[in-house]
Amino acid sequence: MPFFELNDVHTYYGQIHALKGISVKVEEGEVVTLIGANGAGKTTTLKTISGLLRPRQGTIIFDTHRLDQLPAHKIVAMGVSHVPEGRQIFPRLTVLENLEMGAYLLNNAAEIQQNLDHVFQLFPRLKERVYQPGGTLSGGEQQMLAIGRGLMLRPRILLLDEPSMGLAPVLVEAIFNIIRELNQQGITILLVEQNAHMALQVAHRGYVLQTGRIILQDSAKALQANEMVRKAYLGEE
Amino acid sequence: MQTETVAPTRAVSRGIFSSQMLRTLFAPLGQLAIWTVGTAVVLSLVVLLLALIFRTSSSGVDRFTLVLSILPQVIVDSMVLGFVYAMIALGYTMVYGVLEFINFAHSEIFMIGAVVGAEVLISLSEAKALENFNPLLLILLIIAAGMAVSGLVAVVVERVAYRPLRNAPRLVPLISAIGVSFFLQDLVRMLESIWRNAFYRTYPDVPSFSQRISFGDTLDVSYKSIIVVVAAIVMLLALNYLVGATKIGKSIRAVAQNRATASLMGIDVDRAIALTFLVGGALGGAAGVLYGLRFSTINPYTGFIPGIKAFTAAVLGGIGNITGAMLGGIVLGFLETFGASYLSIFTEGAFGAEYKDILAFGILIIVLIFRPKGLLGEVVGERA
Ligand SMILES: Nc1ncnc2c1ncn2[C@@H]1O[C@H](COP(=O)(O)OP(=O)(O)O)[C@@H](O)[C@H]1O
Ligand SMILES: [Mg+2]
Repeated sequence: MPFFELNDVHTYYGQIHALKGISVKVEEGEVVTLIGANGAGKTTTLKTISGLLRPRQGTIIFDTHRLDQLPAHKIVAMGVSHVPEGRQIFPRLTVLENLEMGAYLLNNAAEIQQNLDHVFQLFPRLKERVYQPGGTLSGGEQQMLAIGRGLMLRPRILLLDEPSMGLAPVLVEAIFNIIRELNQQGITILLVEQNAHMALQVAHRGYVLQTGRIILQDSAKALQANEMVRKAYLGEE
Repeated sequence: MQTETVAPTRAVSRGIFSSQMLRTLFAPLGQLAIWTVGTAVVLSLVVLLLALIFRTSSSGVDRFTLVLSILPQVIVDSMVLGFVYAMIALGYTMVYGVLEFINFAHSEIFMIGAVVGAEVLISLSEAKALENFNPLLLILLIIAAGMAVSGLVAVVVERVAYRPLRNAPRLVPLISAIGVSFFLQDLVRMLESIWRNAFYRTYPDVPSFSQRISFGDTLDVSYKSIIVVVAAIVMLLALNYLVGATKIGKSIRAVAQNRATASLMGIDVDRAIALTFLVGGALGGAAGVLYGLRFSTINPYTGFIPGIKAFTAAVLGGIGNITGAMLGGIVLGFLETFGASYLSIFTEGAFGAEYKDILAFGILIIVLIFRPKGLLGEVVGERA
């Protein structure tokens, strides 16, 4: 049985059929990327996994547990952490309070402190800003905070939605280095990106999404070499 | 709050409990003190100045002396009323902060607190148990009873009348709230009529509460007034601590700022919203008891006027903003009491205390024209 699996998942927004049968597998320790144009259904897929949306059909399995009928706050408790698109920082909570919310389900102060240290080690910048309201951080700092907050629970699988969106190239590089580092520490990652170029460099495998369907899946290397992917997503002629 | 157990990198956490936490806890209190004193000073200067300009009335009374002689008492009464409004206003503002919805039934939650307080006191009085009760214990008991019942009713109301409508168009829960408001009024009236055969209730006289302490010739303050103000300040501090420094409070703020993301943190959003109603309802219930102690006679319709006024106070302070609600309550309490006390002195009795609301609300409307987001600004709705 795979570590993590979506099987024929259909999700709707009212009448709008946004996911039309998505099947994705992720093995423990992998970085898997979902790439696709704007509106393809990448965010919808992550929201369906984390419980913000409920699939109308299909199953989602994580480490032998069914996730597809659980509310969001119970899915996090299983070790599935979703770093949402657009950062979604709590603007009037301080950096520290945002991180504390990430550890909401932990009760052991020592454990929380340990995870906090881990986050500060990854993002020393956040440590300098602990008492600043989240809403006053720069875009890059907010992304670091969003990822840091998602790590406070020591998740077993991390869902990242466009972590590089709107960031300067240097920061994009830094974020992808962090993703690599996290994976080396043993965290399984499902990465959604429009920046297919970068995503395919860190990922082991990838899926290509188009209007709610998966049209291609392969190893990252093979996708990088694929004619269609090169034209449509890597901007090559 | 033990921060001692884990050694090396405690720096940050220790910080939470030192300067930062003290600031979250006491900054609002400082603001409250400044606004209370500031409002008192400004309004006092205004009436004294007016009294100097229009010094002698047509009947030859020296207005300045008159105004000055009652001023200390007026300020005390303003604070008592202001703190009651502040406590009710918190319930409106907390719920608005989390749901962006005006809980019009909150005035009835307040009324229920007042009724519960009255019934506990009356029952004790009927059992001839009032005399041998320690006054401080008695106060704590009736406030706790009012808080418990009001808090629970607020939670039930949310569960039954608001939660099912959470995704409905905005007007729908508003109508539901108005319905709940009428329902609770008549429910209390019915229960009281069946049980007591009367629904006007009077707080029995507790001698130790009615004692007065004199400060000079012009000011004597009843214990009741002191109890109201002290209890309100303690409650406001406790709320500040809860919302600013505890995990529960932070989770409520997280839900208010971004509900979906809060659920991604593992926060049970329904539970956080229920907790908001519990806390806001309990504060409203406590306010009801204090109101009853101060104004004695209450009935199932007592909540309406103070409720509307506290709602106004919340808007005046900046709806959704907890410190703002407290300040708005204080300012409104002052405006209203000054109006009630001085209107007739300056208009030679043509307009008396019954017109205080015209004055208070006239000023409010002017303030809101210039500061539509309230004194401290609305804080909900913004997203980074
Ligand atoms: N809240 C919503 N209501 C209705 N339709 C939506 C909503 N969010 C997304 N959609 C639609 O669902 C489809 C997939 O969107 P999304 O998952 O956000 O795409 P992506 O993340 O790949 O850019 C799009 O056609 C989009 O218009
Ligand atoms: Mg998206």
